[in-house]
Amino acid sequence: MAQYSLEISYLIASIAFIIGLKFLGHPETARKGNIIAAIGMFIAVITTIFLYKSPEGKPLGNYVWIFGGIIIGTVVGTLMAKKVQMTAMPQMVSLFNGVGAACVALISVVEFSHYNTTHTGASLFNGLTLTIILGSIIGCISFSGSIIAWGKLEGKIKDIYLPANQLINIVLMLSIIGTGVYLMMQPTANLNLLLIISAISLIYGILFVFPIGGADMPVVISLLNSFTGVAAACGGFLYNNQAMLTGGILVGSSGTILTILMCKAMNRSLTNVIIGAFSNPKTKKADAGAEQRTVKEISVTDCAVLMSYSKKVIIVPGYGLAVAQAQHICHELEKTLEEKGVEVLYAIHPVAGRMPGHMNVLLAEADVPYPKLLEMDEINPEFSTTDVALVIGANDVVNPAAKNDKDSPIYGMPILDVENAKNIIINKRSMNAGYAGIDNELFYDAKTKMLFGDAKGVLQKLVTEVKAN
Amino acid sequence: METIVSFIGENIKVFYILILSIFLGIEVISKVPSILHTPLMSGANAIHGVVIVGAVIVMGLADSNDYLSLVLGFIAVILGTLNVVGGFVVTDRMLEMFKKKPKS
Repeated sequence: MAQYSLEISYLIASIAFIIGLKFLGHPETARKGNIIAAIGMFIAVITTIFLYKSPEGKPLGNYVWIFGGIIIGTVVGTLMAKKVQMTAMPQMVSLFNGVGAACVALISVVEFSHYNTTHTGASLFNGLTLTIILGSIIGCISFSGSIIAWGKLEGKIKDIYLPANQLINIVLMLSIIGTGVYLMMQPTANLNLLLIISAISLIYGILFVFPIGGADMPVVISLLNSFTGVAAACGGFLYNNQAMLTGGILVGSSGTILTILMCKAMNRSLTNVIIGAFSNPKTKKADAGAEQRTVKEISVTDCAVLMSYSKKVIIVPGYGLAVAQAQHICHELEKTLEEKGVEVLYAIHPVAGRMPGHMNVLLAEADVPYPKLLEMDEINPEFSTTDVALVIGANDVVNPAAKNDKDSPIYGMPILDVENAKNIIINKRSMNAGYAGIDNELFYDAKTKMLFGDAKGVLQKLVTEVKAN
Repeated sequence: METIVSFIGENIKVFYILILSIFLGIEVISKVPSILHTPLMSGANAIHGVVIVGAVIVMGLADSNDYLSLVLGFIAVILGTLNVVGGFVVTDRMLEMFKKKPKS
């Protein structure tokens, strides 16, 4: 009876995961979907604690440890998730992904350390060993990779290009596979070998993410997310646990599709994102050697006049807006302009900010109405009839090099056609290059004027000036 | 060869689940608007936190004198819970901003 109750609860949890994911794909049902999935998870965990019995019929013990761990995890997790700023969400997701992956790796190590006492088979050449090894390899790669991705988005780790990085990675991967096969050929479980495999996997994860930078980080996080899903499924196989199996595989396959969708939004292939990262430094250096060119500046007052007497203004938000927490004041500028009869729209590039949908979340927080947020395909034809395109802290997503310069690392990424607008005003803090680290031709365009300063401060002044006009 | 065939044969149900879940995952996600990519990734991230179940089993079956399992299992439970709870709460916070504000 108890055994069946557990199986049925896993069935319910699996269905909850599926429905949850499905609902998460539509704006109206998304929040409900998240809650359904969370309830499924709760059921699976609670029933496991009280109903699970090992194959030998032993119930779970160590309740103090289990509940202690769960309480610590819940308190810390809730605090972290509640405290994090909206701008730092992407790295938070990466961090949570990393700890989940570490969890799988630890489980694999512990299970393997028991292997000799629970299994007395002649060889390790079997599916169980394979799943344990795979779980620890994928778990370790996903863990160290996610931590590096987190550090990069936090700005703590810079892009690092090792000489022959790609070659090193191939050698590492081959040694992981080689040691794995060697381990499976052993007569008894050798924990040290598994630890060596884990260590190499950790290094591989670090070197895998190190050179990837710029707008590609969301794709990497999504990819690592699906890795962890696969690792979780390995755990499900290990314990013959349906909830872990379906949950893990669902995330693995949907995460892969999501990764591909993100790549498509940038008009790049996944291989291009991963392999392309290794050729970046050359183009960077070539750009740095270019002659000094001058940009035109505009004062806040002039900018306010220009915008007040425009018919149509398109605001292009980017990461700079997010960092400055300027979404609310941006919405106020939009309302002030509208009161003056100016049509204001937002142009949302799919990867503006640090993650797809990042800008939508931020502007939704500031109560900007949905119909004003236009995606790239809808807004691009609008630029030619626009008087002022106001670019706030965006750079790579408006860089014409993506269209014109075959050598540019972002070549081929669809961009917002800001250059078609009659006037272009670019708010930036300084002339530093964007996240991808490349120069932007648009800044030197005859129609472009720069409005230097922190997005929040500048917009604040703009609102005051526009009101005065 | 025989090992592989018998392995698949013995676990045929698992392979059915595997294949069907892969297709299901692909079906469920296709045609999602790009505004939902981030919350969706975050939600999926929370769901793979189901590894917490494995961590609980490791912890619960560990002998009281098996310190390696106790310590690693304990850390695994904490990390797994972090993944689940943090993941769902962060996703909820993101989605909270999408809810329609009452028109006043």
